[in-house]
Amino acid sequence: MSDLLLPPEHRYAKIIEQSRNEDGSEFSILNLGPTHPATHGIFQNILLMDGERILDAEPTVGYIHRAFEKIAENRPFYQINVLTDRMNYCSSPINNMAWWMTVEKLLNIEVPKRAQYLRVIVMELARITDHLICNSILGVDTGAYTGFLYVFQFREKVYEIYEEICGARLTTNMGRIGGFEREWSPKAFELLNTFLVEFPVAWKEFENLFERNRIFIDRTVNVGPITAEKAMQYGLTGPNLRAAGIDYDVRVAQPYSSYEDFEFTVPVGKSGDTYDRFCVRNAEVWESLSIIRQALAKLPEGPIHADVPDYYLPPKEDVYTNMEALIYHFKIVMGEVPVPVDEIYHAVEGGNGELGFYLITDGSRTPYRLKFRRPCYIYYQAYTEMIKGGMLSDAIVILSSLNVIAGELDA
Amino acid sequence: MALETAYIQENLSKKFGNNVLNFEMKRDIFSFEATSETIHEVIQTLKEDESLNFHFLTDLTGIHFPDNDENHQFAVVYQLHNWVENVRIRVKTFLPDPAEVDTITDLFLCANWMEREAWDFFGINFKGHPQLKRILNMDEMISHPMRKEFPMEDSGRTDKDDRFFGRTVSNN
Repeated sequence: MSDLLLPPEHRYAKIIEQSRNEDGSEFSILNLGPTHPATHGIFQNILLMDGERILDAEPTVGYIHRAFEKIAENRPFYQINVLTDRMNYCSSPINNMAWWMTVEKLLNIEVPKRAQYLRVIVMELARITDHLICNSILGVDTGAYTGFLYVFQFREKVYEIYEEICGARLTTNMGRIGGFEREWSPKAFELLNTFLVEFPVAWKEFENLFERNRIFIDRTVNVGPITAEKAMQYGLTGPNLRAAGIDYDVRVAQPYSSYEDFEFTVPVGKSGDTYDRFCVRNAEVWESLSIIRQALAKLPEGPIHADVPDYYLPPKEDVYTNMEALIYHFKIVMGEVPVPVDEIYHAVEGGNGELGFYLITDGSRTPYRLKFRRPCYIYYQAYTEMIKGGMLSDAIVILSSLNVIAGELDA
Repeated sequence: MALETAYIQENLSKKFGNNVLNFEMKRDIFSFEATSETIHEVIQTLKEDESLNFHFLTDLTGIHFPDNDENHQFAVVYQLHNWVENVRIRVKTFLPDPAEVDTITDLFLCANWMEREAWDFFGINFKGHPQLKRILNMDEMISHPMRKEFPMEDSGRTDKDDRFFGRTVSNN
């Protein structure tokens, strides 16, 4: 047993020993991760292998656990936003907006239409970048680096739009309770319009490179399939669920931020394999682009935030000259805002599925309990079952097609 | 035909009598409590009764209430969703300390890690769970950090004392 990396009491050690005695087969252990360039994050999987085939896997999570739920219990609401950034860092604005919407639901704040539409635009931009990264990296993992290079610059373009809106790029900390912190600059709209012209061309090219590519199809079709029944059992949501053929989308089921005003279809797959997940994400990017165009076309004039001086920071020049504004500013920054005793759950369609915030307040300035329903954490459980019986190289492809983001997994 | 909350309540009350209680509409989600002895059966009924059909477990989480009486120290909250009717429901069960409740991993595979997380954070023991061990924290840890008795910040710090802002810790 000296050739094992595992302690002798580990169940894999027993299985290896047993099979060696029974028919002389030599199973081996492979440590995939915790840090490996092909896993795009810190995931460890102990694989039990028979040659190149995976017999079983034991995932370990929690390498970047930062106790966000505990921290959130000690922070006023506006400071929790920066924690949500760091969950799914590929689509931070969705997390930010979801958090503000949760707080607004708690406080019964009606956000003006303009702010709602702008939120839709920025959330759909975030969804595009999320899917763009997932799909292009999936290409890299199957050996096609070119597609990634074609589209990756557009993430940069989206980050430039974020930068115009809120000043930050990756961890955006965008928005406020009640709306946005400032009106979008003309430059932001200009960049957005350029993006809407240039990106579809590149995305079409990207699709053409992959969707009927022999090598890509061989590597992805029927790799890591999951049935609709199993997908529900494992709590899959988002593109991974829809690839299995279930058309559940929070944007349609419980519309938030005026999603009911827009026309879009919910693309679904059939077999839930890696190729279907890829295609569903591709199709969703087109839908997102269409939603952004509709929102821009219908964008109403009006205020950028709700009139809630208790929660929304007054303009800086008023703080220096106006007593009332100074008081509000001080109270908001110190977290001294009136908070009702309540219990709410708010969910949005994040890049990976249903991102939910379950918030319990006891009337103090911090949440009593805040639970993040992180889609990655829940559906990563299905990973073991998906890779069983497959090859080692399939495991890598499946992992990237599930779009498991370490920050969201571990919170 | 929409799934009416009155129907859910009637159906469950008929089957479980006094073991299901405190039905109320909490904002947009219908909520109720179930005793810890019946929680597994209640969830099973919610899932398998064809007229209810809550087939998706959205979330499962623990909560610590140190100020409650000794039978209500912990709560396990189950959030279920019926996609066909698009109705959500929230079931709570309150537990004494040490907390122990039946696992629902036999009903929902996704409950596995959610229950491990609740064990890791709160020390709630799920009876019958296939592999109840820590998940996000390291195995060597001995405390359950989301319990309220574990302060997050250095207690020696005075600059964040609530008294300086006209409030006490209990917010009265």
